[in-house]
Amino acid sequence: MNRIDAKFQSLRQKQESAFIPYLCGADPNLEVTRQLILALDQVGTDIIELGVPFSDPIADGPTIQKASERALESKVTLNQLLDLVTELRRETEIPIVLMGYYNPIFFMGTERFFIKAKSVGVDGVIIPDLPIEESTQVLEMAQSHDVKVIFLVAPTSTPERMKKIAEASTGFIYCVSVTGVTGARQHVSTEIAPMVTELRKHTEKPICVGFGISNPGQAESVAKVADGVVIGSAIIDRIEANLGDETAIVQSVAQFATDLIQGIRG
Amino acid sequence: MEQLQSSVLMPDATGRFGEFGGRFVPETLMPALLELEEAYNHFKNDPDFQAELKHYLREYVGRPNPLYFAERLTAELGGAQIYLKREDLNHTGAHKINNTIGQILLAKRMGKKRIIAETGAGQHGVATATVCAKFDFECEIFMGEEDVRRQSLNVFRMRLMGAKVTPITSGSRTLKDAVNATFRDWVTNVRTTYLLIGSAVGAHPYPMIVRDFQSIIGQETKQQIQEQTAKLPDLVVACVGGGSNSIGMFYPFCQDIEVSLIGVEAGGKGILSGEHSASLSAGSVGVFHGAKCHLLQENEGQVTPAHSISAGLDYPGVGPEHSFYQESGRAKYVSITDHEALEGFQRLAELEGIIPALETAHAIAYLSKVAPQMSSDQTIVLCLSGRGDKDVYTVADASGVRI
Repeated sequence: MNRIDAKFQSLRQKQESAFIPYLCGADPNLEVTRQLILALDQVGTDIIELGVPFSDPIADGPTIQKASERALESKVTLNQLLDLVTELRRETEIPIVLMGYYNPIFFMGTERFFIKAKSVGVDGVIIPDLPIEESTQVLEMAQSHDVKVIFLVAPTSTPERMKKIAEASTGFIYCVSVTGVTGARQHVSTEIAPMVTELRKHTEKPICVGFGISNPGQAESVAKVADGVVIGSAIIDRIEANLGDETAIVQSVAQFATDLIQGIRG
Repeated sequence: MEQLQSSVLMPDATGRFGEFGGRFVPETLMPALLELEEAYNHFKNDPDFQAELKHYLREYVGRPNPLYFAERLTAELGGAQIYLKREDLNHTGAHKINNTIGQILLAKRMGKKRIIAETGAGQHGVATATVCAKFDFECEIFMGEEDVRRQSLNVFRMRLMGAKVTPITSGSRTLKDAVNATFRDWVTNVRTTYLLIGSAVGAHPYPMIVRDFQSIIGQETKQQIQEQTAKLPDLVVACVGGGSNSIGMFYPFCQDIEVSLIGVEAGGKGILSGEHSASLSAGSVGVFHGAKCHLLQENEGQVTPAHSISAGLDYPGVGPEHSFYQESGRAKYVSITDHEALEGFQRLAELEGIIPALETAHAIAYLSKVAPQMSSDQTIVLCLSGRGDKDVYTVADASGVRI
C-alpha cells in the first residue's frame, strides 16, 4: 500500500490528524534538509512535504521565496532532490510528498519524472500551478507508477470545482486556507470550516489544510476540523533565524515540530 | 495549410495554440480566469461594447494612426520600400493603450474596482495608469526595481496620474519578477481586483484578449497599405518581447501566406554570451507564467533572468501564439543585439526625425539586414511600436554622454 494511504488509515484508527511540515529542499543545503527530515521523523511527524525550489514561485509569500532563493544559490536540481529521497529511504519510511511548480517536472519529462519518483520512494506530488484542467497527462503517468497526485482546493473554488478536485485528487486533498499566498499569519482563516464542510459532502478522502498556520494553538484548532495540518513558512522562519548554525537549525525545527504535534494531538 | 486556416480560430476552448498556451495557474485563480473568459466572450460580440471601444480608440487614443512611407530610410537601405505603422503617435506614445482601453472597458462591465498590472519599460504601466485615471479605477503597478531606475520618467508619469508604483526587489528585479509580484497580488485580492496584463503572455484567456485588442494595428495596416500600394506587403516586421505589438500586427495577416512575418527579439550582448532575451531564437519549451511557451531556462527548468538594453524586451518567456507561429513556420524569429539596436535608434532619428523606443529600435536595426536584399518593387511594413523619449537617458548613458 502507498505510504500515504497507510498513514491515513492508521491515523483514522487512532482518530488523530496528521502533522505535515513543509521544507524547501536544499534550504540552506541538501545535508541539512536530510538531517531535518530524519529529525522530524523522530519527533513523530506523519508526512513530509519536500519543496522543489523554483525560480518563480508565484503562489508563495516572502518566506518561501527567500528559502527558494537560498536553495537555488547552490544550483540544486530536481534530480538531486530525487537522489536525496533515495538516501533518506535507507533510514526512514516516512511518507514523502514532493511539492513543486510544474516547469522542472515538464523539463525532465512527465513520464521520466514519475518513473524516477516511484523508484526512489516518493509517495505523492503536489504541483501548485497545475489545475485539474491541465492535469490529464500527469494523472495518467502518476497512476501507472503508483504516485499520488494531491490537488489544491481554494476558498475561491466553486462547489462544482471542489467536487471535481475531490474526485481527481489521490492520497489526500490539500485545502488552501486563505485567498492568498503562503506565509505565516496571525489568525487562522475563517474560510476553513465552510470549505471542509463542503468538501466532506463530496468525498471520504482525507482533507489537509495549509497556508497561514503558524503556531501550536492554530494547529490545534485546524486539527479539529481537518485530517491533517500543513505548516511551512513558520518552520522556515526557524531555519532562517539560525542560518549559519546547522545544529541549531535542526534543534529548533525539531523543538517547534514537537510543540506543533502536541497542539495537533490535543 | 489546414493548420494556418485553423490558426485564425485559435486558441481552442482550453486556451491552446497548437501545443502552446493553456492555464498553468494556482487553483485560487482558476475561477477568476473562467469568469474573465466568459465575460470577454460575451462582451466581444456586444454592439454597445464594440461601439464604446471604437469611440475611445478614435477620440482618446487618436486612431487610426498613419502608415507612413519612410522615404529617406528606404533610400539609405536601397531595397524594399519601407512603411512605418505609427503606434508611437497614439496617446501615451506606444501601442500599449490599444489593449488597456479594451480591458478597462471589460473590467468596468465586470464590476471590478481595482486594477493591477506589471510593467517592464513602463509603457504598459503608463497606459494602465492612464485608463485608470480616465475611468476612475484604483491602480497599482508592479515594476522591477532595476526598471524603476532605468525608466524613472515613466514612473513619474504613472504617479502623476494617481497610480501606486510598487518597486519589486526580489529575483532579477525586472519584468519577470514584476509579473510574479502581480500574480501574487492577484492570488490575494482576486475577488475585487482585475489583473490587466499588457503583453500577449500569461494564462488563457489573456494571450487571446491582448491579441484581439492589439489586432487593430494589423487591421488598419492591411487597409492602409492596400490604399497606398494597391497590394499586400511582402514582409511585416515587429519587435518581440512578450509579443503584443507583433501579434497585433501579425494576426490579421496570418492567412495571407504571401506575406512574410518576422519577429525581432532582443539579442542583448549576443546569443553566445548567454545574456539576451531571445526565447524563441535560443530558448526551449517550458511552462512559465501560466502558459506553455518558449523560455530561457537553465539548471533543469529554472527560469533564467533575461537581458536587454530595452526594459520592454527584457523577459525570458514569450506569448504562446508566437511559439505556435514559430513551430508551424508561419513566422520567423531573429535577434538583434543591444549594439545593433542603438544603431537602429540613431538611424531612424537621423533619417526620419523619429526617435523610436529602444524596443522598436531592434526591429528597425533588422531592416538593414533584410531591406537591401529585397527589390525596390517590394514593400516592408514595420510596426513602430513606441516613441523613444523614455529611453534617451539609457541611450545617452550607452553613448557616454551626460544629460
